[in-house]
Amino acid sequence: MVILALVVIAAAFGENVAPHDPNGLNLAAAFRPPVWEPKGEWAYLLGTDNLGRDILSRIIAGARVSLVSALYAIVFAGAIGGLIGMISGYFGGVVDAIIMRLVDIQMSIPALALALVIAAVFGADFDTVVIVIIVTYWTWYARIVRGEILSLKERDYVALAKVAGCGTATIFFRHLLPNIMNTLLVLATLQVGQVIIFEASLSFLGLGIQAPDVSWGLMLSDARNYITNAWWAITMPGIAIMITCLSANMIGDWLRDTFDPKRRQL
Amino acid sequence: MSRQALLRVENLRTHLFLKRGVLKAVDGVSLHVDEGETLGLVGESGSGKSMTSLSIMRLLPKQSGRIVDGNVWLDGTDLTSLPEDEMARDWRGRRVSMVSQDPMTSLNPVFTVGDQVGAPFRYHKLAQGARAVRDAVVKVLSRVRIPSPEKRLDNYPHQFSGGMRQRVVSAMAIACAPRLLIADEPTSNLDVTIQVQMIELFRELQRDSGLGIILITHDLGVAASICDRIAVMYAGRIVEVGDVRTMYRAAAHPYTQALLNSIPHLGQRKRRLYAIAGQPPSLIDPPVGCRFAPRCPRRTAKCDADYPPQVELAPGHVTACWHPGPGAVA
Amino acid sequence: MRPSGTFPREWGKVVTGYFLRRVLQGLISIVGASIVIFFISRLSGDPIVLLLPTEAPPALIEQVRQEMGLNEPVWKQYLIFAGKALGGDFGKSYRWQAPALELVLDRLPATIGLALAALAFSILLAVPFGVLSAVYRGSLIDTLGKGFAMLGQAMPNFWVGLLLVLIFAIHLDVLPAYGTGSAAHVLMPAIALGWYPVAAQTRIVRSAMLDVLDSDYIRMGRAVGASERVLVWKYALRNAAIPLVTILGVYFAAMLGGAFVVETVFAWPGVGRTVVEAVFSRDFPVVQVGVLLTSILFVTSNLLVDLSYGFIDPRIRYDR
Repeated sequence: MVILALVVIAAAFGENVAPHDPNGLNLAAAFRPPVWEPKGEWAYLLGTDNLGRDILSRIIAGARVSLVSALYAIVFAGAIGGLIGMISGYFGGVVDAIIMRLVDIQMSIPALALALVIAAVFGADFDTVVIVIIVTYWTWYARIVRGEILSLKERDYVALAKVAGCGTATIFFRHLLPNIMNTLLVLATLQVGQVIIFEASLSFLGLGIQAPDVSWGLMLSDARNYITNAWWAITMPGIAIMITCLSANMIGDWLRDTFDPKRRQL
Repeated sequence: MSRQALLRVENLRTHLFLKRGVLKAVDGVSLHVDEGETLGLVGESGSGKSMTSLSIMRLLPKQSGRIVDGNVWLDGTDLTSLPEDEMARDWRGRRVSMVSQDPMTSLNPVFTVGDQVGAPFRYHKLAQGARAVRDAVVKVLSRVRIPSPEKRLDNYPHQFSGGMRQRVVSAMAIACAPRLLIADEPTSNLDVTIQVQMIELFRELQRDSGLGIILITHDLGVAASICDRIAVMYAGRIVEVGDVRTMYRAAAHPYTQALLNSIPHLGQRKRRLYAIAGQPPSLIDPPVGCRFAPRCPRRTAKCDADYPPQVELAPGHVTACWHPGPGAVA
Repeated sequence: MRPSGTFPREWGKVVTGYFLRRVLQGLISIVGASIVIFFISRLSGDPIVLLLPTEAPPALIEQVRQEMGLNEPVWKQYLIFAGKALGGDFGKSYRWQAPALELVLDRLPATIGLALAALAFSILLAVPFGVLSAVYRGSLIDTLGKGFAMLGQAMPNFWVGLLLVLIFAIHLDVLPAYGTGSAAHVLMPAIALGWYPVAAQTRIVRSAMLDVLDSDYIRMGRAVGASERVLVWKYALRNAAIPLVTILGVYFAAMLGGAFVVETVFAWPGVGRTVVEAVFSRDFPVVQVGVLLTSILFVTSNLLVDLSYGFIDPRIRYDR
């Protein structure tokens, strides 16, 4: 919880907290090890990379990209997937069959492979990354929300609302949405970690975030070229990913257990 | 009768160490089973009858259950003092066996019947090699009268009917000709006829082998129709024990009498389960006096003050009650 | 496995219906996937631009357009594409001037091998971990397993790969950093790839094992004298493995997806790396084949597992 808060703060006030310009070159200070190593300096807490850029500052800058892309993607995937799931579950029949077939098709293409195709077509940048994530993750929401709606639909109050002449939109947003909100929230939290890793993978392959933007995946991709010279350039961004995902997952687990102890399979 | 005591349980205390506190599930139980005898251990759920049987088998829940006092003598050996590996190797399934009376869940669905019935032979090295085990399994399956056993060996449990499965479970339990068999009541609701059939099968085997049986049930009626002697448990202790005739005709403990009253009589169609008002006491913090006192019609100040001593009303008929005597007939 | 002769006859009928339905679903998914992939690729604009030099005369461009059917409406183009694809013709790689299918098929065994090795690694870790943390619930090993699993789920596979390279190839110099050829080569990629699912698999095995250990038939086994070792590792394990096996296809598929990144880290000559390279050179026929082939594998592996678990759980044939 604390860690995620830190990451959020880093993402929000990145420029102000970072000790250095994340893109500031200083070739004289290239390959400085972290401060606890013999040749480390306090100025560069976690060391520098091949161009003398401060790794801590870059991690802080990367936090923004990672979190913002994850949030965008999850909000849209959740909204789109949730709505489609509601439609599918509520109307059933042909609509449901078609939507579920679509979900099947979507799920039959490995997420990363689909991302590759999209990235190949549209070129790699921030928007592509977000679109790819939305395209990949909406199916989860659609499937799970559909299941929820199927069981909610049978409840009396929905039937009553229908009899009382409430419009479909009213039923959707007044009666159904509040009931699936918990599920959506838990699922979204649990996906934060996955999405961050997914974004990092894309950027690592060079198909995601591009320089001069900074992302953790991109840092690792750069660092790979001088893996023999600077172990810290490989480890530090990875640790940033790891603890961010870890805390997001833990919060997700906790939310899930709190809201809905029965729904362990999420 | 010149029967020899096969099992002798002395002052057994088994505690469950739970988060809420120490639950004294079995609180000083003594009983014995003779060779070729069937003892019915009767009580409500939570009375400690199943914990007594698990204590004898030494199969208490690993995390929480422990025998804190008492002895379990079987054929002159104290089972409570044996190391676990010896208990598994030489006793469980070999000389003392337990069988759930629920045949539907007692067989592993993903192994063949032949494998499962053969398991006790392998564990106790009574048959070596696949052929010998197979022959032994065929023999024991035919003993429980499963038709053409050599053809059914490779079938899975779900391919058997309920009655046949019950025979398979029995075969597994008696495979190594144990000296004592504990038949535990099913947790789920089971057809009483299947239950009785299973016990009848055991009784048949008993005639040839001198097998001792403990039947664990909440139904005094079932116990009375099958057993030689009956022990009634209430709140972790035995409140009355005696042979079936005595218990049926001259039950002295008010709890036993209440149980008897809830047995349906011939021609009476309705069946009330327990017509006794109130709840059994908490076993985490049991009262000092008689545990049945709060629900008892004969309750006096003495009952609340001290636990009643065992009184032998007739040879073999013992009860723990301050006011034993014939009860009102329903 | 048991000889199939012991299965009753009705098994055949039940399975045929179910089998056909599942195969049909799988086919629909694959066709759908091919449509998606085809149209997304077409959105990239005119493939001619990639094929011909910019100074090519308009007449030549028009001729190639005719040949490739690019003047037809797009749905017709898809049908042409699908028709050819069924015959195994996905066009030539723009870059290598070789049939794209051949190019990718050549790399397929390496990817499948890697995915299987990764899956084997994850199962090898998850089963003992899951079983032990169920048997010794609440003990140190349970807590350790949980922590370990949570860490695993928070580490990107390519980063695990890089760390492994850092430690075993550079620091200790005991394993080759990249490439292929020996058993040692497959070790690090397989670990990097198989790391992620360990957590989920451990959880599945653990909770299944807890349920099974609580069952009447295990108690029955205890009552007839089975040692804990036999009970847990022989009898309970097969029951507890069912949920894991039923979901293995999903994990195999996940391994295929993850292979795209891990293959790049270790220069593993598989489909993933080929596709990634093709993306950079905008070599669409290769991308199409690679992704489609992965999807087909994906669907098939799910299908196979669905159909095969009847062999592990003999009850299934009646439940369907």
